[in-house]
Amino acid sequence: MSSSSDSLTQTIIIKPKSGWQLIDWRELIEYRDLFYFLIKRDVLAIYKQTVMGFTWALIRPVFSMIVFSVIFGGLAKMPSDGIPYPIFSYAALIPWTYFTSAMTASTQSLITGKNIFTKVYFPRLVIPLVPVLSKLVDFAISFAILFIMMIWYKIVPSINILFLPFLIILMMMTASGIGMWLSAMAIQYRDIPQGISFLSQLFMYAAPVVWPVSLIAQKFGDNTVLLYGLYPMAGVIEGFRSSLLGSNPMPWGLLATGTFSATLLFISGALYFKRKERIFADVA
Amino acid sequence: MSDIAIQVRNLSKRYRIGLKEELNDTFVSSMVSWAKAPFVNFRQLKKLTKFSDNGQESDIIWALNDVSFDVKKGEVLGVIGSNGAGKSTLLKILSRITEPTSGSCRINGRVASLLEVGTGFHSELSGRENIYLNGTILGMSKKEIAEKFDEIVDFSGIERFIDTPVKRYSSGMSVRLAFAVAAFLEPEVLLVDEVLAVGDVTFQKKCLGKIKDVVGGGNRTVLFVSHNMTAIQKLCQRTVLIEGGKVMMVGDTDTAVDSYLMRGVSVELAGERYWNDISTAPGNDVVRLRAVRLILEEGNPTNVVRSDQKFGIEIEFVTLTAGKVFNVGVHLFDKHDVQILTSADNNDLWHDRPRPEGTFKSTCYIQANLLAPGLVTARIQIKRITPKNSKLHFRIPRALSFHISDAGNVQGNIYGEFIGVVRPLLKWTTDYDTEIKA
Repeated sequence: MSSSSDSLTQTIIIKPKSGWQLIDWRELIEYRDLFYFLIKRDVLAIYKQTVMGFTWALIRPVFSMIVFSVIFGGLAKMPSDGIPYPIFSYAALIPWTYFTSAMTASTQSLITGKNIFTKVYFPRLVIPLVPVLSKLVDFAISFAILFIMMIWYKIVPSINILFLPFLIILMMMTASGIGMWLSAMAIQYRDIPQGISFLSQLFMYAAPVVWPVSLIAQKFGDNTVLLYGLYPMAGVIEGFRSSLLGSNPMPWGLLATGTFSATLLFISGALYFKRKERIFADVA
Repeated sequence: MSDIAIQVRNLSKRYRIGLKEELNDTFVSSMVSWAKAPFVNFRQLKKLTKFSDNGQESDIIWALNDVSFDVKKGEVLGVIGSNGAGKSTLLKILSRITEPTSGSCRINGRVASLLEVGTGFHSELSGRENIYLNGTILGMSKKEIAEKFDEIVDFSGIERFIDTPVKRYSSGMSVRLAFAVAAFLEPEVLLVDEVLAVGDVTFQKKCLGKIKDVVGGGNRTVLFVSHNMTAIQKLCQRTVLIEGGKVMMVGDTDTAVDSYLMRGVSVELAGERYWNDISTAPGNDVVRLRAVRLILEEGNPTNVVRSDQKFGIEIEFVTLTAGKVFNVGVHLFDKHDVQILTSADNNDLWHDRPRPEGTFKSTCYIQANLLAPGLVTARIQIKRITPKNSKLHFRIPRALSFHISDAGNVQGNIYGEFIGVVRPLLKWTTDYDTEIKA
């Protein structure tokens, strides 16, 4: 995939690797066309031969919102920082739906992609990273409903909306960090895909999707909130609410600890993946 | 810059095979092993990639064992060997799909590998989308595919269906599309596995032709793994023979193919075989084989015959029970195990007569200028066939293997390959008329 000019001098040396490898960003960039078509495949193929097509990207979070609004907002009278419960939960469901589907797809990516990577060489990191990127399409689509709800509830986004890209990057780093860890494990231990749906449910109740972080602050104090921020999706979800609904100030404390742990997760995931990638084809 | 495209040095690869399963015969023991299962399973899965370096573990195989060879720039190197010999492992290591356990390879130039056609094809996507997807997976850039797109579609011959989902294609159509994409790969080093084993005969011919075009350019290095000896011989100048993970030989293709086809018997040519101990010689209480040899007219045993020489296959056997009628047969096979001919003792004196005890020596003469040059193996058998039943006393496949060298008297002034299991010197006449008839 390199240009013809440097192919003249290109030499590949194959020998057993040992120790930890860093991500070869240059090589990943060389394979950008592969990224593009694999993402396109994921995006196009998933809704082929469906009646609803891309509407499915809306149906999932909308139904969760309705269920949550009835059960947690209506019956359990969960506090929602003074925002109508439907939009309170939907603003969280946008990043959450992305996170859970990207994490799940990324975890299973090596297993579903084994027919490709056991036949041809390309940087293996492409495989768990593609779902993290392709699920962004559904993510973007799900904003449509949010805008309608914001008009309905007459909510204007705060200036914090400028930080939205940062929140998105944080969310992608978390999903890909977990995806790299678990996909590399899953190819050898097929228990991982069995447990992933259970795990993502656990993650959801641990995240402030159906309840606000202020609940933790009330019960355990602010220091606990900082500690809770080590779970990066806590900061991301609260950040989404803050930037889109302007309910609370930007949760900088949560985001600081969240950025720290997401970075750690991403780097350790990449290192682990690179260390394990030499055995993928042998155990697949 | 060196003129070596691929350099393989002391390459080894080990795998762990089979996980032994415990069988339980009582309810209690199966409950116990069920409770222990997670721990046992974890150890076994972990062991897949962990090897202890001390001593020999019994469930390890070396798929490749200290393999070294070079491929020159512009060369087409064949790789042959039986199933499980390590050919695919070699290709997987060179393609960087799996890592060697030890040793190293060095590849100069842009590499593409073709371990199958249609890698990554998605059945829900259209032919057009799959061309781009498969092309980028094989290592082409989007721009490159766009430039060759029309040619690819043209080669595949499925223009009409290019926007139809691939799942609506017949299997032949998707293979054609897949091969078309692969055919337009333009790497400097191409690694190809068994991809010709797809499609019908016509399509295989087309693919072989295309590969021939591709390698014909001369500046492309190709490593070609195949079980198809004809394809290997058509495409490759040199061939590596791998058996049991080891390189048995690297050399000129015909020699490598010959010794591959002779595997299991002896790589050496065998022009004579003799059984000293008649009691263990092939056969039974009725008749036993003493010796088989290939003789030239002067009666000297040999294992190489020039194609313009007459030769004989001499069969010496001992009858232990008197009064039996035998049919002595010779079957000749070429290097592809295609049977060239069958011949049976038609000597008026003995062929239909009960034989007394003693030693017989029958010789089957094969005329000059009949067989095609190359390796020939002879199967020898003695049996008795009557309209009612048949009784086989012995049959020795590959009793003899010998080489027919090319005397060059048949081919005339034609250079290159002369195909056929026989190459008789036939009479030709040519008439000439000065007039050009309308």
